Amino acid sequence: MLKARIIPTILWKDIGIVKGVGFNSWRRVGSLLPAIKVYNTRQVDELIIVDITATEQDREPDYEVIDEIADECFVPLTVGGGVKTVDHIKKLLRAGADKVAINSGCYTHPEVVSNGANLFGNQCVVVSIDVYKHTDGSYECFKNCGKTPTGKCPIAWAKEMEARGAGELLITSILNDGAMVGYDLDLIKRITDTVGIPVIASGGASDYEDMHQALTIGNASAVAAASIFHFTEKTPLEAKQYLGAKGILVRKF
Amino acid sequence: MSVVIIDYGMCNLGSVKRAFEECGATVIISDNPRDAEQASHLVLPGVGAFGDAMKNLVSAGWDVAIKKNVLEQNVPLLGICLGMQLLAERGYENGEYSGLGLIQGDVIKLYNEKLDPNFRVPHIGWNDVHSKQEYVLTDGLRPATDFYFVHSYFFKTTRAKDVLTTTYYGLDFPSIIRKDKIMGVQFHPEKSSRAGFQIIRNFLTIN
Repeated sequence: MLKARIIPTILWKDIGIVKGVGFNSWRRVGSLLPAIKVYNTRQVDELIIVDITATEQDREPDYEVIDEIADECFVPLTVGGGVKTVDHIKKLLRAGADKVAINSGCYTHPEVVSNGANLFGNQCVVVSIDVYKHTDGSYECFKNCGKTPTGKCPIAWAKEMEARGAGELLITSILNDGAMVGYDLDLIKRITDTVGIPVIASGGASDYEDMHQALTIGNASAVAAASIFHFTEKTPLEAKQYLGAKGILVRKF
Repeated sequence: MSVVIIDYGMCNLGSVKRAFEECGATVIISDNPRDAEQASHLVLPGVGAFGDAMKNLVSAGWDVAIKKNVLEQNVPLLGICLGMQLLAERGYENGEYSGLGLIQGDVIKLYNEKLDPNFRVPHIGWNDVHSKQEYVLTDGLRPATDFYFVHSYFFKTTRAKDVLTTTYYGLDFPSIIRKDKIMGVQFHPEKSSRAGFQIIRNFLTIN
């Protein structure tokens, strides 16, 4: 049977790894390549790395850096940040990404999802959706690293992205991200109820029980986390031991 | 003599190359079918759509070179993911296309009829493989070892003797197929950490 995936997320800004709270106050937590090597040695299920300044600076992904990282990475690698065209996807795949995450680019160039899926297969097109929860409880998609409201409802947007050919969705709660208050289970569940493709829950994990809830209550196929791996003693391996004891199928090695 | 990784413009070859090098092979990535003559082993990787992939292979002349070296010279061939599927006779991804026809079977879509949340398509992640028969390619693997899969289509065959392992995802599908020295793996050994390297090392012992 398929295993639930535990995915460390690495946010990357000007060559350093950073982690923020609520998509702000970025803290530098290390440099990129050594972190990749550590996760690689620990045989994590998968890695997501996102260049969080590419879109803001209106530049393409840094293919050379990805190339260098991919050479050291024998676990699946999803790369995001600054992807707007099919050519960007192609260059990232050639540089060694296994999957490409597209976020802001989907709002301005939604055809990149369909064209990318047609050309490279939908399994390598991950649509990343950053979701803000308003005080009245309504949800809205934000782009540009959580800075710009889009007016889109994440449930409808998730469905539209699936229809366009996304192979997987990465759903991040902006308010929960870095706050270590647990995943937004209601949001995750509403999206997994709506789409038939795998959903990765992201934003808010404070402990292994949060992951357990995202996988069971939220029905997510995978959980992504950054802060708890960067700032605490918790590890993906321990997460799996906890989840395994709770009856979740996880990969053992 | 070296391992030749076939470059037909369909995917990242860097991690496949690095994984084979980690396993002690001398590797060249080639877009020239003539290099197949020098190959001790051929590797056909691939990510993308079946039809485009076949078109690229045929227009570069790889289909002829692969068949010549594999069928006449008995050079071991490993297809990875889409590369495995291309070994089939036909593929039904957005139409009907002829494959290389090296192993009997059709490539059809994984379909989650009941929208069961346990079987979302694409099939992405780590799943276990179960041995159906002994062969050197799977030597040294523990039972039910996990490998990394990313695919929406699978290799459907009625010839049980060509199926080396199966994996369950709503149905049992062949995760490793093999006929003589022609082999295909639906998962990505280059992304499957130690277990993946074991498969690659085993493949390199076949000659």
